[in-house]
Amino acid sequence: MIPISWYLIVAAALFSIGLFGVLARKNAVAILLGVELMLNAVNINLVTFWRYNAPETVTGQVFAIIVFAVAAAEVAVGLALIISIYRNRKTVVADELDMMKW
Amino acid sequence: MTTMKVLFLIFAAATLGSAFMVVTTKKMIHAAFWLIATLFGVAALYALLNAGFIAMVQIVVYVGAIAILFIFAVMLTRKDLRDSAKPLNANWSSAALLAVLSFGGLYLLLSQWAGFSSTEGAPVLASGMDTIGQLGEALVSPNAYLLPFEVASVLLLAALIGAVYVANEAKNK
Repeated sequence: MIPISWYLIVAAALFSIGLFGVLARKNAVAILLGVELMLNAVNINLVTFWRYNAPETVTGQVFAIIVFAVAAAEVAVGLALIISIYRNRKTVVADELDMMKW
Repeated sequence: MTTMKVLFLIFAAATLGSAFMVVTTKKMIHAAFWLIATLFGVAALYALLNAGFIAMVQIVVYVGAIAILFIFAVMLTRKDLRDSAKPLNANWSSAALLAVLSFGGLYLLLSQWAGFSSTEGAPVLASGMDTIGQLGEALVSPNAYLLPFEVASVLLLAALIGAVYVANEAKNK
């Protein structure tokens, strides 16, 4: 069977890839894609610990479902903001959205 | 090397490879498609963990809704995508360093936990155990997770109303 460490390493790698995407991408939509990868990494960890430590309870799975709901809410609001910004500024490049800089 | 391990390695490699493509590929629409591949890979990992319901929810909610939202957003902001321009900003090398450091830090942190070095697989599920039924009952039972479930639905409703309000063009400006 698969040792628990394999899942945790995959989740950590997925999280780091997502972090790179958030920090390095220019496009604001791509930054949100990175956030999604990080949320998925968290969910892998939650389900893994549920399966290995407490499979007789449902807590870990419920936690993962709540994270799904939060991720959906985050994407809806985030993409609405990006579309609104695009309408007003004609750009989605994060470096050019500096109107709050002084 | 059992079949499970081989399957896990295939799915993990597919997940991480497509996740890497998500953050590096030039065209945004391709990044959105690679995200779908990543989400399917993660769903396969859930299935390997005997979390069938989570795997289905992953496909229905993430691939069916969130990825489609991303594709719509990419198409709606198409004019300024600059597919020909570099997809990464000037600080990408320090971002890569930070990502590697965060992976190393997480690995170090995990390796200090005693359970990390165990080579045992997951405990065997009791035969006839109905995890999906248990989960469904727990989500609507007042003694379990009814309140968090309802709060999550209120959060979703509030987020959707907020999204409609934010993205709605002000017509009488």
